[in-house]
Amino acid sequence: MYTRSYKSAVTIPPLLWVTAFLLIPYALLFCYSFWSVSPQQTIVHSWNLQNYIQLIRNPIYLSVLFRSIRIAAAVTLLALLLGYPLAYFLSFHAPKRKDLLYQLVIIPLWASYLVRGYAWKTILGSDGVLNGLLQYLHITHHPVEFFLYSPFAVVLTLTHIYTPFTFLPVYASLEHVPRNLVEASHDLGASPWSTFRRVILPLSLPGVLAGATFAFVLTLGDFLAPLLVGGASGIMISNIVVSLFGAAYNWPLGAAISLCMLLLVMALLFATERLERKLTLS
Amino acid sequence: MSSSPSSVRAPFLTIYAALVYAFLYFPIVVLVLYSFNGSGVGGFPPTGWTLDWYRQLFQDGPLWDSVLNSAIVALVAVGISLTLGLPAALALDRAQFPGKALFRRIVLLPLILPGIITGLSLLMLFVAVGMKLSLVTITLGHGTALISVATTEIFAGLQKLDRAQEEASLDLGANQWKTFWRITLPNLRVSLIAAALLIFTLSLDEIAVSFFLIGRDNTLPLEIWSRLRRGITPEINAISTLILAFSIATILIWYRLRTRTTRAEEAGAQLLASTLEGDRS
Amino acid sequence: MTGPTAQAPTAPGRTDSLLSIREVVKRFGARPVLRNISLEVASGEFLTILGESGSGKTTLLRLIAGFEQSDGGEIWIGGERLDSIPPHRRPVNTVFQSYALFPHLNVFDNIAYGLRSKNTAKAEIPDRVAQALTKVKMSEFAKSPPARLSGGQQQRVALARALVNRPRVLLLDEPLSALDANLRRQMQTELKALQREVGITFIFVTHDQEEAMALSDRIALLRSGFLEQIAEPREIYGQPASAYVAQFIGQTNLLRAQIRNGLAQAGPLKWRTAETSSQVTFSLRPECIRLVPTGTPPAQPADDSIARFAARVLNQTFGGAMDTLELDYGSSQTLRARIASPGTLSGQHEFAFRASDAIPVRGEDSA
Repeated sequence: MYTRSYKSAVTIPPLLWVTAFLLIPYALLFCYSFWSVSPQQTIVHSWNLQNYIQLIRNPIYLSVLFRSIRIAAAVTLLALLLGYPLAYFLSFHAPKRKDLLYQLVIIPLWASYLVRGYAWKTILGSDGVLNGLLQYLHITHHPVEFFLYSPFAVVLTLTHIYTPFTFLPVYASLEHVPRNLVEASHDLGASPWSTFRRVILPLSLPGVLAGATFAFVLTLGDFLAPLLVGGASGIMISNIVVSLFGAAYNWPLGAAISLCMLLLVMALLFATERLERKLTLS
Repeated sequence: MSSSPSSVRAPFLTIYAALVYAFLYFPIVVLVLYSFNGSGVGGFPPTGWTLDWYRQLFQDGPLWDSVLNSAIVALVAVGISLTLGLPAALALDRAQFPGKALFRRIVLLPLILPGIITGLSLLMLFVAVGMKLSLVTITLGHGTALISVATTEIFAGLQKLDRAQEEASLDLGANQWKTFWRITLPNLRVSLIAAALLIFTLSLDEIAVSFFLIGRDNTLPLEIWSRLRRGITPEINAISTLILAFSIATILIWYRLRTRTTRAEEAGAQLLASTLEGDRS
Repeated sequence: MTGPTAQAPTAPGRTDSLLSIREVVKRFGARPVLRNISLEVASGEFLTILGESGSGKTTLLRLIAGFEQSDGGEIWIGGERLDSIPPHRRPVNTVFQSYALFPHLNVFDNIAYGLRSKNTAKAEIPDRVAQALTKVKMSEFAKSPPARLSGGQQQRVALARALVNRPRVLLLDEPLSALDANLRRQMQTELKALQREVGITFIFVTHDQEEAMALSDRIALLRSGFLEQIAEPREIYGQPASAYVAQFIGQTNLLRAQIRNGLAQAGPLKWRTAETSSQVTFSLRPECIRLVPTGTPPAQPADDSIARFAARVLNQTFGGAMDTLELDYGSSQTLRARIASPGTLSGQHEFAFRASDAIPVRGEDSA
């Protein structure tokens, strides 16, 4: 039904833009990661594997990477623990205000990352709201230091940010579970909990997978939350990259880390796609 | 309409859900509350109600400059994203070509890719071509990152489009282009508006990509960021509250648009189905 | 308007009655869906609940299955209350209209689902599933995912999944409605044979009266939440309790006749009747109207056990074994007749029917 010229017209412009602004930049990232920086702060275009060797050899990078992975895993887990039951509640215990409650979940999602990170910063500080509240209630008598400028703060802030992100795909997949399957399960003798375990949960796994991937990848690559609330002990891998592109001026090394991140993301996406296909028997 | 067996009331789940909502809104409520707080940002309980911080805000020239910058960047980003997202969505919906799967993945990649990677790779591009960092580079960055949002929204709208309408148009003698302008585009109107709203809001709030492409002029988030380096002030609470209000309003409009068409279409589909099934009179 | 009294259901407390529905009432909001339904289902019986959409037939089934709660009345099975048991513990199983097969489980696991829910011994499961698959002729599909099966195949798996649990009652919610005509007929035969073979009580819901008559030991006809009539197919066809039943099951002509001196008269039609009310509605099946060969003299003496009349043929439709004729017999109403191979007719002809074929029914305007 569509002519060649129509198809060309719709394919070529975005293809050109994407090539110019996504593919070529990634290619540059690739190239830079094999170059190095001279003592005079210029880029030396000689191809070598020095950056990658440094990444593996230097314990700092690995330890920060592992911390980042731990933080990302924690955030993903917590965001699912919060988001899944919420989605289940909205989908199956359909209160009359289901629509309104749904909107209430997506509102924080769009309330600006920076704004929310800043809010936590003011809450968690030693003269922040949380400490003030605890002292007011005489639960503590001195400000608690570790609330802010710690991995705890990073995890807390990012969990807050990404819970709506896990909620959305889980809710969508739960809504797609045909209700007659739940009835069929009961009909065949399975209790409500058994039905959840054997029918609802498996069928919602694609949504869980999507939400988890989102939360994990975006947390892993996050550099703002550590800068806002992480302090020295909450540094993550992207902060290292940021400084390599800033004061520590080593673009090639920064590019190498970024490329690794890019490849990791692509590998994760590929893996979850395969997993989803296996789970849904399609 | 029937009472499903699992609509049994579950008190623990309800309480848990309420707690999750409380967690989601706690920082937001605190933020807004303390923007009116007489003694500033921290401590508890809040003392004295004041509009001082807002007054200070409105006299803050550089801040409003950055708001203007953000607005311009956002508008142009909307233009770029829609102009490229529309053909991309059409291509994904209708065209078959080698490497289509790869094309789809690459177009949608910025959605899930951490902003730092998009930002850095674009930085390298601009350095390589010798382009100075400025609002222009930020705009190009936003546009690129948000094409994926436009594509996704418009693609969803295309799925709901009745293909028969376009076929009817061709059948009646209009060529592909006329059909596009007269039939396809008007039917996509709601998707385009929804996408525009979404992209505008996302661009206004965008900081990760912008971080690396910033030149002399700041966008609003970057302006706030640089002030944060100097220290927390309640003025930031005030501007944050305003941003919040604006984002929420925009997103609610977007949501209404989305669901209004869905419900109308669902209603239409049900009506059609029952008419086709016929009635026993 | 009072509801029509149903034909007497099996007397309560009948010894072989398995399921007992007693004065069940159900409302959705303010709208009544089931009004005081009582009926007994015998053990091993194939009972069909027949009705149009909105008659309450599916609701009644769902009440038995446990997916709805009644607003009044009781349901008993054997000697115990059924409706106080939650659905997952009732000894009944359902075959859903949309089959409701679990998409993430293959055929084997779908069928084994109920067995596993009740913690059946692991060693027993493969055999029982294999047996069930054989019964529905789906043995080679044990490992298939449901998505790859056709509608008819999914329906068999749904059947096997329910039957493998040996329920005391099997509920079938319009299971054949999504199948095409030929497949439908084939499945009807198989279903009937299967029921005889396993001996389980089947309660079958449908809106298709031909299907009901083909399959059932008894038919319960519901209308707007009331039980119109419950009887064997032959009886419900031959002795419809009301005009509605007569029209719903098969086709009929409704004649509103005045009675005088043992004679019923509807327009130019006259026949002998035992009815005594002054005005009665009669149901006359189209196939009871015969064509009188041209030139047949009227009976001597006048025989009022046969009604003879002249009519003009308005329409003749070929129908394979029988033709359907629309007759104008001099009244504002036309008669529908079904006659075997009459040849092409036109103009005036003589027709007749036996007085005993005109069945008095309760109609909207009878006393």
